Amino acid sequence: MHASLDNSPRASAGNSPRASAGNTPRASARRIWGMMYRHLALFRRSWPRVLELMYWPILQMIVWGFVTAYVAGVQQNTASLAAGALLGGVLLWEVALRSQMGFAISFLEEIWSRNLGHVFVSPLRPWELVAALVGMSAIRMLTGVLPAILLAWLLYGFDLFSLGPVVVLFFAALMIMGWAVALGVTSLILRHGAGAEALAWSVLFGLTPFAAVFYPVSVLPCWLQPVALATPAAHVFEGMRAALLEGRIAWSHLGWAFGLDLIWLGLLAWLFMREFQGARERGALLTIGE
Amino acid sequence: MRQHTDPAIPAIAAEGLTKRYGETVAVDSLSFTLPRGQTFGLLGGNGAGKSTTIAMLLGLLVPTAGTARLLGHDMATDRFAALARANFSSPYIALPHRLSVAENLRVYAHLYDVPRAGERIAELAEQLALTELLDRPAGELSAGQKTRVALAKSLINRPDVLLLDEPTASLDPDTADWVRSWLERYRAESGCAILLASHNMAEVERLCGHVLMLKKGRLVDSGSPAELLARYGRGDLEEVFLDIARDRRAAENA
Repeated sequence: MHASLDNSPRASAGNSPRASAGNTPRASARRIWGMMYRHLALFRRSWPRVLELMYWPILQMIVWGFVTAYVAGVQQNTASLAAGALLGGVLLWEVALRSQMGFAISFLEEIWSRNLGHVFVSPLRPWELVAALVGMSAIRMLTGVLPAILLAWLLYGFDLFSLGPVVVLFFAALMIMGWAVALGVTSLILRHGAGAEALAWSVLFGLTPFAAVFYPVSVLPCWLQPVALATPAAHVFEGMRAALLEGRIAWSHLGWAFGLDLIWLGLLAWLFMREFQGARERGALLTIGE
Repeated sequence: MRQHTDPAIPAIAAEGLTKRYGETVAVDSLSFTLPRGQTFGLLGGNGAGKSTTIAMLLGLLVPTAGTARLLGHDMATDRFAALARANFSSPYIALPHRLSVAENLRVYAHLYDVPRAGERIAELAEQLALTELLDRPAGELSAGQKTRVALAKSLINRPDVLLLDEPTASLDPDTADWVRSWLERYRAESGCAILLASHNMAEVERLCGHVLMLKKGRLVDSGSPAELLARYGRGDLEEVFLDIARDRRAAENA
């Protein structure tokens, strides 16, 4: 049954305040929040989605926690320290993985719901979309990784925060790397459509051998070491091992990690903007979900 | 320099608008002006270039040549200022299915920086008979209900210019008639300019003061429905459409 046409559209037309021209910082912040609200509303409606965020980090932590306990039990002393470094590596690598996936999958949600056409005819700027995806990535990462860190402490007595406040910098450097990689993945999705969506799950796993998550860079063949040292994560994990095994903060590695983060972020943000413009030229923003 | 809010500035001004994909010309040198407060119809068969034209006018698609201005804003250089005062609806672009109607509208109220969003949503819900549906997931609605939600989304920011791509596609005659009546009244009372792409000739005849006939991306004729009927000597726009689509007049004159 339709509404009576006596319900005049007058009220819709004009007496109450109109939308703003949209070029103020407040309007920008509101658009960013609008995009985040769209994703948060999904989580509010579906607890399995929230559970899914925690599932893999916890599973990884449990498997590696037992490996750690086994190694520490077989060989005492230094071996138990090295085993602690393994578990620390697992937990910190999840920070990068979940940050990258949180960003890229939030973007894919727009494609799957075939909503991009509406989003991009609103006054939402591309950088505001990126800011919203970064915000969602941080929320998704913290929801997934913090329970795993808590369980690592409860089950195995491994306290990641015993590394000290520097752990916050490790988190930050890995999150930024995750966002940079996600910008690259999103660029490929804009270029190649939904066919490239598998990259959202797989691309960072492919970097694991070079990221020195579980072993020092020096273990790698000489020719591969420069590749590893060009990834921000390798410096974070070298820094983590220095903190765990030697009790010192490797500031030079941290400096390299953040410096490389800036370079990666700059390059991949440039690629994203180029592919976004390319998608506007090809009309892909309308057809990308097809 | 005239302000963009000056009512003398047209709602839409397209000048030589062209889109090529390699060798294929989707829209070819399209020029037209839509004054404020009027409804124009964009008519043409499948592949005539209607949706491409709308996408270019909204900045979703970059033209190969030509310019598009919305409310005086050049869409190549100043599109966000225009988009804040425009809106768009198409049955081919969905709203997130798992969000409720209210959540969907709230998202767009944020994106368009609509003041007092709750009041605005309640107002539109009442106008478009959506109050009972506000808590339902958008994906569970019927086609007619989805159309009304899409219409509510497109009106959330009280646009000065509204672009509608086949607003009554796949609706039953009763619902389609309701939507048309609503749009007629909305335009009359708001002064909003509407550009309507449609395959439904009766709809265009009823709603539009001026019609742009596209064929293979080119503007082949334009005028008010009455002018077109007189020019082609036909009783309804459907016959005019078929004359143009099938080159019937040329065939008759041969």
